[in-house]
Amino acid sequence: MKTPGQPFSNYGQPSAQQRGVVRWISANHDVPGNGVSWTPLHELEGIVTPSGLHFERHHNGVPQIPIDQHRLLVHGQVKRALTFSMADLARYPLRSQILFIECGGNSNAGWHRLPQQTRAGYLHGLASCSEWAGVPLALLLDEAGADPAASWLVAEGADAAAVQISLPMAKAREDCLLALYQNGERIRPENGYPLRLIVPGWEGVLNIKWLRRLEVAREPVMARNETARYTELQPSGKARMFTFVMQAKSLITWPSPGHRLDGRGVYEIRGLAWSGLGRIRSVDVSTDGGAHWGPAQLQEPVLPMAFTRFRAPWDWSGAPAVLKSRVTDETGAVQPERAALIAERGRHGYFHYNAIVCWQVDEDGEVSHVYR
Amino acid sequence: MARFPTSIVEARHFVLVTLVAVAGSALAAGTAPAAKATETPTPHLGQPAGPDLVARWNLSVYPDGRGLPAGQGTAAQGRPIYQARCAKCHGAEGEGASGGTLVGRGSLTDPDPDQTVGNYWPYATTLFDFIRRAMPMDAPATLSDDEVYAVSAYLLYLNRIVGVEEQLDADSLPRIRMPNRDGFIGVDADVPGAGH
Repeated sequence: MKTPGQPFSNYGQPSAQQRGVVRWISANHDVPGNGVSWTPLHELEGIVTPSGLHFERHHNGVPQIPIDQHRLLVHGQVKRALTFSMADLARYPLRSQILFIECGGNSNAGWHRLPQQTRAGYLHGLASCSEWAGVPLALLLDEAGADPAASWLVAEGADAAAVQISLPMAKAREDCLLALYQNGERIRPENGYPLRLIVPGWEGVLNIKWLRRLEVAREPVMARNETARYTELQPSGKARMFTFVMQAKSLITWPSPGHRLDGRGVYEIRGLAWSGLGRIRSVDVSTDGGAHWGPAQLQEPVLPMAFTRFRAPWDWSGAPAVLKSRVTDETGAVQPERAALIAERGRHGYFHYNAIVCWQVDEDGEVSHVYR
Repeated sequence: MARFPTSIVEARHFVLVTLVAVAGSALAAGTAPAAKATETPTPHLGQPAGPDLVARWNLSVYPDGRGLPAGQGTAAQGRPIYQARCAKCHGAEGEGASGGTLVGRGSLTDPDPDQTVGNYWPYATTLFDFIRRAMPMDAPATLSDDEVYAVSAYLLYLNRIVGVEEQLDADSLPRIRMPNRDGFIGVDADVPGAGH
């Protein structure tokens, strides 16, 4: 460099050459604030998702909330109903944890009869992983004097959809956080600024953004988003309800559709695995469509309810190959093959698709999405 | 003056003990309840919230009708409101467009079933709760309570669950038994009243 560089910047941005690494937005034409944006998992490395690329699922847009006016109300079956300012909450003991959040509707294209051809992140990127810092929810439940006999907690956001859900109190007390920070800085508006409920390992919709109200209750409220939606119709005609835990899932992020292998030789297969039940125990990888499997290396740190990065060296002969990954979590839960999942659940459940993901590499090194 | 250094020592000791307790609970995260929470000193900054404030903020309507406001409406009253405020996204007769399909009584075991208010939603109270808080999406929470009762009644009428002149209010709405009331199986928590 024979000329001086650019001056300092108050807030750094990605290289202009990386402008194509963005969330892919899929929103309702009539209601632009209703829809999703997908994390480009196929462009990212490591386990932490940049905050600006964390997936979004908004029901009616991103509210702009003045932090000094926002309050959290805790009420219901409590000795004393209380409100907290955001400055109040910042004085409480904080705890941070690296956790994935995954929308219950992530990977729903897997239920389709034909494999959708798009980038890995646009199939499976309603999942992201951040370090969330906030106040343990149990501290405020104790301060309000929550009735030990009340076994549910109803949480509500301050957005235009006023999204509400019901959460078992045992989970609320176990490990939930009232998060103020994401990846070291204040949560961004689209991820819940100034306050987000974090429910480790459980369905994304429970992680209420723009949190304004917590009601200690004796029963679930039976909100639209736990009855009409976020339930899964089964072939029997009955529907699964309160499917909170995000089950073990993995996928190969490199190579994946849109990538191209540049001739035979050694490559590193790279992917992500996670489970709402705890840590990842192992990930196996196959390059022949599942006839033979070998263990991938799990990269540290391997954290409970967080993305875990796995890697496996692969000497590609140049012949067509079919790549799969299969995760086992610390409870012994194994990611199912697609045919087994569909045999159990049918194809109309929409939510909670966690089957093995399958990429085909052709002799030109092109990668496509297949079912095997 | 003699007490000053002593209290600092005590304060340091106290902080150290607290940190050990927090680290202990962090190690146990994910495997055991954070039983230490009650032992963690906190500043207790919550401000008392009186009944008026709670009533103003609280929008939740429970299956037993708790949370329903005064007011009433019928399907006949709801039809013009639906057409003016809802049909753009949900279709003239609730058949769905950019918004969800709301009307239909097809079997849930059909090959490709619509999941509607009539054949899927388990509680009529959910209709009131959701319409009041979130609909219409271009102007949420702008319908009066009477209008919400009326639009709820109209959707139940289109689904052949109530009559066109049947009045819905805080008393009658929770007493409607929806066709799919028993259609749900709890996975990670029990469904109340489902025989557990």
